[in-house]
Amino acid sequence: MEPFISVTGTAAPMLAANIDTDVIMPKQFLKGIDRQGLDRGLFHGLRFQEDGTPDPSFILNQPAWQGSRFLVVGPNFGCGSSREHAVWGLQQLGIRALIGTTFAGIFYDNCQRNGVLTIKLDPERHQQLADVISNPERNQITVDLEQQIIALENADAVPFQVDTLKRDALMRGLDAIGTTLERQAQIMAFEQRHLAQNPWLK
Amino acid sequence: MTTGKTLYDKHIDSHTVCQLDDDGHVLLYIDRQVLNEYTSPQAFSGLREKQRKVWRPSTSLAVVDHVNPTAPNRIALINDPGGARQVSYFGENCHDFGIELFDVLDKRQGIEHVVAPEQGFILPGMVIAAGDSHTTTYGALGAFGFGIGTSEIEHLLATQTLVYKRLNTMRVTVEGTLARGMSSKDIIMALIRRIGASGATGYAIEFAGPGIGALSVEARMTICNMAVEAGARGAFMAPDDKVYDYLKGRERAPSGELREQALARWQDLKSDEDAVFDMDLVLDSSDLAPMVTWGTSPDQAASISDTVPGPESYDTPSQRRDVERALYYMGLTPGTPLTDIRISHAFIGSCTNARIEDLRAAADMVGDRKVAEHVRAIIVPGSTAVRDQAEAEGLADIFIRAGFEWRQSGCSMCLAMNDDVLEPGDRCASSTNRNFEGRQGAGARTHLMSPVMVAAAAIKGHLTDIREMTEEA
Repeated sequence: MEPFISVTGTAAPMLAANIDTDVIMPKQFLKGIDRQGLDRGLFHGLRFQEDGTPDPSFILNQPAWQGSRFLVVGPNFGCGSSREHAVWGLQQLGIRALIGTTFAGIFYDNCQRNGVLTIKLDPERHQQLADVISNPERNQITVDLEQQIIALENADAVPFQVDTLKRDALMRGLDAIGTTLERQAQIMAFEQRHLAQNPWLK
Repeated sequence: MTTGKTLYDKHIDSHTVCQLDDDGHVLLYIDRQVLNEYTSPQAFSGLREKQRKVWRPSTSLAVVDHVNPTAPNRIALINDPGGARQVSYFGENCHDFGIELFDVLDKRQGIEHVVAPEQGFILPGMVIAAGDSHTTTYGALGAFGFGIGTSEIEHLLATQTLVYKRLNTMRVTVEGTLARGMSSKDIIMALIRRIGASGATGYAIEFAGPGIGALSVEARMTICNMAVEAGARGAFMAPDDKVYDYLKGRERAPSGELREQALARWQDLKSDEDAVFDMDLVLDSSDLAPMVTWGTSPDQAASISDTVPGPESYDTPSQRRDVERALYYMGLTPGTPLTDIRISHAFIGSCTNARIEDLRAAADMVGDRKVAEHVRAIIVPGSTAVRDQAEAEGLADIFIRAGFEWRQSGCSMCLAMNDDVLEPGDRCASSTNRNFEGRQGAGARTHLMSPVMVAAAAIKGHLTDIREMTEEA
């Protein structure tokens, strides 16, 4: 997993509520047994016209927002299906962080597991940020996870907070399974006790 | 002073291997996991790359459900090369890692959340995670289930645990008795409309009260299943005698002495009387009318007797924009009576509403009537066992005589990952769980409702108030 420390780039606004994972990664891109080719699938119905050419009205196709590394998203982004393909697609298109007010639970965890930073701001701060980056002249930002601030051009930096456990894992690009397996003996001891107390679970 | 524990606290406390920090993260032990062919392949590949083993293979049950065709004559061959590769890799993984698999031709095959309870694989007090958001269904059995992504599946297979952060708790007390023809689908759809598609984000919901106690276990599953459409990461219900009766005699449920032991322990599976919830709501089910969605989010719903709302009835500019977009996608004009909406398709299926009781209720509505000429009506039973039972009870004959297609089991047109896909502009009355843009096919329009309401719409050819149908009969 690529560590996240401080990243600078373009931020694009996608402020509709409840953008679901069916929209982020439509079903026709879910047929793989690997993670390949999902950058093409990302927001497919919004990004491309029927003839396969880019839809110029979609934000990430507009010159000022091409190659965005951050999305400033509306409430409940990532709701619906558990498909991690949605996050793999974001990652493959180069998105490093999502900034919203609320995220759907499974999607939020999937982001964490893939090194995509999710930042929750209160609605007022979120709106201020959205207003700034909606201006093509001011859409460059720096997301600094170490200091937990979003630096803007010609405006005050926006502070945010991420749980220490999450922050550590993201900054170090940790393999979660390896970390958990360091507790193997503890898990085995728990399991033995748990199954002795609930023998029908064996 | 210490306060009592919620049922959620009890589940989490009894499955905590250790605390990981002061922010509420724990290492959570998972009792069971259910696997499917489309969200698991990369998890198994990850294990292979790192040469890791599955911690305890007997805790997993694998079912093919998302990509398989549902054509009436079942064959193992899948024409779609992507789907075929997922199914064959799934078989290879289950074989190599020692996990039991219900393959397409297995008589126990079906939608994972229908099959697992049917098999007695889900028991009260369990914590279950699976690579599918509708794992919340298992709350109806007094278990705690939640959906996870593929990386988490890999973590779970390798360690039997997940790094988990405690949720807030919400209690929804359902009062009153449902009027005739109403179902648990109407209860959960009414709740989602009320609190919104993210109203329970960050929460686990406990459903309680006489309105829940009065429901069958299968009807309760519909409620827990769709709790995720309000954003809930899990749903739960205290188990009662109905649950214990449901489990009796099922293949994997404990029997004899072990059942007695389990029953004694399950008595504690309820929230303490002095437990405090972070949010407490009451929903009266006695004044509910049949619910249908008109938009592209499950909270964009209304009573069937209402009209399509306009953007102006919403508070904020962003809400109004969302509603405008939804109406544009759905091809609907504000002010149109919902019962005027003409459909091209009717679909009864999915982990939400394709159990035997759903099919009985739908067949009862159909009776001797016929599907409207312009409607393609499809029934996909929740499992092969449900299909067999419906045939034995004569329900299949009723549906076939009326003009419904009677198909094999799978997720099918709920998310259209197999070949059951709608065309742009098709409009479907559907007993499923999501009316998202493109969910049932690019450009296709979905109206969610109960299976009885779908049956009525299929017959009339447009969305229909079943209360008028019953009077007519």
